[in-house]
Amino acid sequence: MALDKPYADVPGTTIFDAEQSRKGYHLNQFCFSLMKPENRARFKANERAYLDEWPLSEDQKQAVMARDLNRCIALGGNIYFLARIGATDGKSFQQMAGSMTGMTEEEYRAMMVAGGRKIDGNRRLGEDGDAQPHRQPQGAAGRAKIAKGA
Amino acid sequence: MAHITASVYTSHVPAIGVAIDQGKTQEPYWQPLFRGYDASKAWLAANRPDVVILVYNDHATAFSLEVIPTFAIGCAAEFKPADEGWGPRPVPVVKGHAELAAHVAQSVIQEDFDLTIVNRMDVDHGLTVPLSLMCGQPSAWPFAVIPFAVNVVQYPVPSGRRCYHLGQAIRRAVERFDQPLNVQVWGTGGMSHQLQGARAGLINREWDNKFLDRLIADPAGLSVMPHIDYVREGGSEGIELVMWLIGRGAMGPGKVRVAHRFYHVPASNTAVGNLILEAA
Repeated sequence: MALDKPYADVPGTTIFDAEQSRKGYHLNQFCFSLMKPENRARFKANERAYLDEWPLSEDQKQAVMARDLNRCIALGGNIYFLARIGATDGKSFQQMAGSMTGMTEEEYRAMMVAGGRKIDGNRRLGEDGDAQPHRQPQGAAGRAKIAKGA
Repeated sequence: MAHITASVYTSHVPAIGVAIDQGKTQEPYWQPLFRGYDASKAWLAANRPDVVILVYNDHATAFSLEVIPTFAIGCAAEFKPADEGWGPRPVPVVKGHAELAAHVAQSVIQEDFDLTIVNRMDVDHGLTVPLSLMCGQPSAWPFAVIPFAVNVVQYPVPSGRRCYHLGQAIRRAVERFDQPLNVQVWGTGGMSHQLQGARAGLINREWDNKFLDRLIADPAGLSVMPHIDYVREGGSEGIELVMWLIGRGAMGPGKVRVAHRFYHVPASNTAVGNLILEAA
């Protein structure tokens, strides 16, 4: 019998459950290794060579090098582990979280200061809130896409 | 005999630690938040415990994916602030209370809660930010701290109901400890926030305040709220709020008095809540 995952219909959200944890074990352990300054230095000196020391899929390595955190999460990454990449790059949690929305850093920060993202329309897939798949990317990038008629 | 006299609930946003450590608490962005904790600090100075059992979660710092215990109790003499990738926070080493910690472990494991006993563990912002918010920047923390780590990172996390019952078991354990200690239990994390995906930045002010209302007046009812409600309404990382139910369970069945309540948006990505409950 399939496991009950009532969280599968929450838009723009991936729950790091046992299945994601299994997929992302090595990816997250790579991230964890960046807690040590000597590993951060080796990773920065040659990202590809450092990643090749880990049994990651090519997709996972590409997602890390592109700093595509949404892709990293889809491939089993967990945000608290991925934050070690951000720390290595000198990025804050807010910069990392914002990068996953398509908004610029300023746009995301302004949204938070104004009270954060609204819950209405963002509870379930199929509603019309700003976190829904048909409204990505957000911010100026999204408006440009609409203007182009894409 | 030891007694649990009060419980404190607070968010533990890492950016708050950075603001304190870098002297930014009076900047316009941060000032309203820290002003909200002035009364909490004054209350703590007037109601100083001997020991705080500090319920928090490790954020992929002490526990990698090699091992993540659902509940872990720190039984060591001391715990060092962790290097989370930015260098360790410049805060005092946390002094434990090994005797009480071992006593609590012995008691609640025999009440069917499977705690992992930890004798070496660095503590991350989840534990040190609440201390900084409540104590400021002392040269040594003014009480012993028993770190009590709960897995809220790798799903499924423990249910609110289990956390509430665990808090009750902790209370029974403390009351059987044969030293006259004043003990507080702190529940930390939350409130609404989401750090990932297209829904990052979610804040649900109405739901957060309802959570505070129910934590005060209807904790048993609140404790059966399913995980999906936390995720859907409070964001994927809002699930940390199950930890507050451990503190609430530890207050026992009697009436409580609200000594302080504060709510503020935002701190970085997060809604900040702070509540202090005393035995009435």
